[in-house]
Amino acid sequence: MKKASILMIIGSLFLLGLFVFPLWNIMLGAPQYPEPLGMNIHIDGIKGFNEFDIQNIDGLNHYIGMKTIPKPEEMWEFSTFPLVIAAMVFLGVLIGVLGYFKKVSYKWFLGWFVFMSVLGVLGMYDFNAWMTDYGTNLDPHAIMKIANPDGTPMTYKPPLFGNAKMLNFDVTSLPDTGAWLMFIGMSLTVIAFFVGKKSAKSIS
Amino acid sequence: MKNYKHYLIALLGSTVLFSCGNQNGKSSSNGALNSSNAEKVYVAPGEHDEFYAFMSGGYSGNVTVYGLPSGRMFKEIPVFSQFPTSGYGYSEETKPMLNTSFGFVPWDDAHHPDISQTNGELDGRWLFINGNNTPRIARINLSTFETEEIIEVPNSAGNHSSSFITENTEYVVAGTRFAVPVPQRDIPIKEYKGNFKGALSFISVDPTSGHMAIKFQILMPGFNYDLSHPGRGKSHGWFFFTTYNTEEANSLLEVNASQNDKDFIAAINWKKIEEYVNNGGGTKMPTNYAHNVYNEESHTGTTTMVKEVLTVDPTKIPGAVYFLPTPKSPHGCDVDPTGNYIIGNGKLSADLTVHSFDNMIAAIEGKKFDGEAYGIPILKFEDVLGGTVKSGGLGPLHTEFDDKGNAYTTFFISSEVVKWKLGTWEVIDRKPTFYSVGHLMIPGGNSRKPFGKYVVAMNKITKDRYLPTGPEMEHSAQLYDITGEKMELIYDFPTHGEPHYAAGIPAEILAPKSQKIYRLADNKNKYATLTSADARVERIGKEVHIYMTTIRSHFTPDNIEGVKVGDKVYFHITNHEQDFDVPHGFSIIGQNTSELLIMPGQTKTSVWEPKQVGVWPFYCTDFCSALHQEMQGYVRVSPADSNIELSWSLGE
Ligand SMILES: [Cu+2]
Repeated sequence: MKKASILMIIGSLFLLGLFVFPLWNIMLGAPQYPEPLGMNIHIDGIKGFNEFDIQNIDGLNHYIGMKTIPKPEEMWEFSTFPLVIAAMVFLGVLIGVLGYFKKVSYKWFLGWFVFMSVLGVLGMYDFNAWMTDYGTNLDPHAIMKIANPDGTPMTYKPPLFGNAKMLNFDVTSLPDTGAWLMFIGMSLTVIAFFVGKKSAKSIS
Repeated sequence: MKNYKHYLIALLGSTVLFSCGNQNGKSSSNGALNSSNAEKVYVAPGEHDEFYAFMSGGYSGNVTVYGLPSGRMFKEIPVFSQFPTSGYGYSEETKPMLNTSFGFVPWDDAHHPDISQTNGELDGRWLFINGNNTPRIARINLSTFETEEIIEVPNSAGNHSSSFITENTEYVVAGTRFAVPVPQRDIPIKEYKGNFKGALSFISVDPTSGHMAIKFQILMPGFNYDLSHPGRGKSHGWFFFTTYNTEEANSLLEVNASQNDKDFIAAINWKKIEEYVNNGGGTKMPTNYAHNVYNEESHTGTTTMVKEVLTVDPTKIPGAVYFLPTPKSPHGCDVDPTGNYIIGNGKLSADLTVHSFDNMIAAIEGKKFDGEAYGIPILKFEDVLGGTVKSGGLGPLHTEFDDKGNAYTTFFISSEVVKWKLGTWEVIDRKPTFYSVGHLMIPGGNSRKPFGKYVVAMNKITKDRYLPTGPEMEHSAQLYDITGEKMELIYDFPTHGEPHYAAGIPAEILAPKSQKIYRLADNKNKYATLTSADARVERIGKEVHIYMTTIRSHFTPDNIEGVKVGDKVYFHITNHEQDFDVPHGFSIIGQNTSELLIMPGQTKTSVWEPKQVGVWPFYCTDFCSALHQEMQGYVRVSPADSNIELSWSLGE
């Protein structure tokens, strides 16, 4: 159980990576952007991959009437997410420590993981909803109004995961270091659960 | 059928051209060899060249940047000449760069570029180049590729033995080709002998900022100082100048300056003179010259007139200057990578004279003098001579070096490049050039560390090398592969202006530090408009200042009223783009200067003096976006006595 608890603590601490590394990354490459423009989505705001990328993406997006990329203060998520992650790290470490001193059972580890997964899915849902709004809720006075072959107005929602071709841009959206660290951390908590379960069995 | 005939003729034509190419290019060649030559110069679309080559523009007054081996031209950097393409020398910010003691001089004859060095190796910080006609030295920043500084050289005329740098860029050196009265005064030309002087200027370079200042001028006898090069390695601390017209003729020089069998190479111990002036030596002379500095943050040039220069009489410093007799009006003065050999390219002879630095020092120590000229000791020719290259060519001009102990000399009269071995003086190879080659360049070939892969020959005569373009043609360069024992001509390409010399450097040194944009946040231009909310129009008497911004794809403001005939309108335009390669241009009807081309984050100013009542359009001259054509606006010009208030707007 000691081993399992330490894994639980380490697993939870991996989430701290989200305070340093981006959660998600969206890159936009085009013929005239051999060095693609990019956005790093952090839990506390969106930053350019290179210094002026956000300004340049906004500059391009104004042609098709997209809103400018939100500043941290313009979205409640960017103040809430850091608090949620901090709370989950605290909770995970607490469960781990209590497990170490045999105050709680290994089942709590799985409980934390399930709770974190639910929060993660909610987060992804919210993120996707924002991208849908960002890509479809366009300025009616946009300079370029482009229609799909069926006559409906073209929309520009970036993919949540993977590649998409949008006008002259190839858009790639993938989890970044922060997300990978979170993934590793969460996996560790699952391993902690099974290790805890095994040691509980061997004792009984 | 008719088409078929054309096809046949074309086929015949190409066969003829093909065989011509063989004759011109190589002694024994076949298709397979030609195709391997094509591969050597082929830089596939999107790939980069291995070297940058900075070619002087000669009478274009500017510098052109090429890639090697492709011969593709990347850029023309305006230096001494007005350049309407960017507005250099036309915009208010850059006009001061062309100020001199003679007023605004919008042109020069740019000759010898040289890249800054540290420990005798190229460091790629700056490029220096001389203006020959109105003596000036310019410094170009090699991360922005912009001219940052131009210093005028007083007491000089025909600033030709310039602008060569010492091995740690302590000095950029400028020598006078024409001897002139110093100071200038009204005397009969016939009184040349003894009255005219040849000033050699040592211009210090600040190791951090690159800023230049004339440290001292050596007032030499009134010979013509043709070319020069620094000592390096063991000869660091010395500088060598070729001279001609030691006869001191003032007329019909082609005959009268070719009478002496030997002229001189002047060896200057600049370290000794530096010590002398640091200890208070030298004479301050009143003078007047312009020093123009372009500030990278304000994007603005300013002129300071300097009123004094420190002159040095070389005869007052024992051991500072010696003359090395050198046959036949030597032109190029080149020092090999070890610093031991000083090559005098006697342009009226077949042979090359090579002096040995070691021999020179021994001769000085042994006091082996052969008289003196104007108090300067002449060393015995036989004692300083290191060797003679019996070239078999005619009219040697310039020599560069590879990293394997070989030297390459151009022969103007016999139109060829000759490869020979340092030390043994044997000729290894010779290849024709097309035609009448002047200078040649090996990247780093004028440093301790040459990159001996290619030599570029810069030819003075083009004739039939390209499709004809009337009487006036661009000059031609030839590229040789020098990696083998024998040189191989692999490419021809036209060059802009008249390149008198070039400086090459591996791309890997320069490319990574090439700047992409100017940061708007760092823009310190006095007239910058950092946010479009600050865009405005102000009147000060008859001056109207328009503080304008650009971003794809509009000007802010784009409607301006209240300007009157007789006003002097300043368009101060700040480009708000922070994206690589998105300049905006500005032009307005009836502008008596040039357009402006404003790089991202930059501010430039153009003056417009409206002479007619009306509503006059302006527009962006750079195809900046899909809506470039919409990037336009109007200025309403009212009669001089109207009382229409200034107003400006965007999108109303
Ligand atoms: Cu434009």
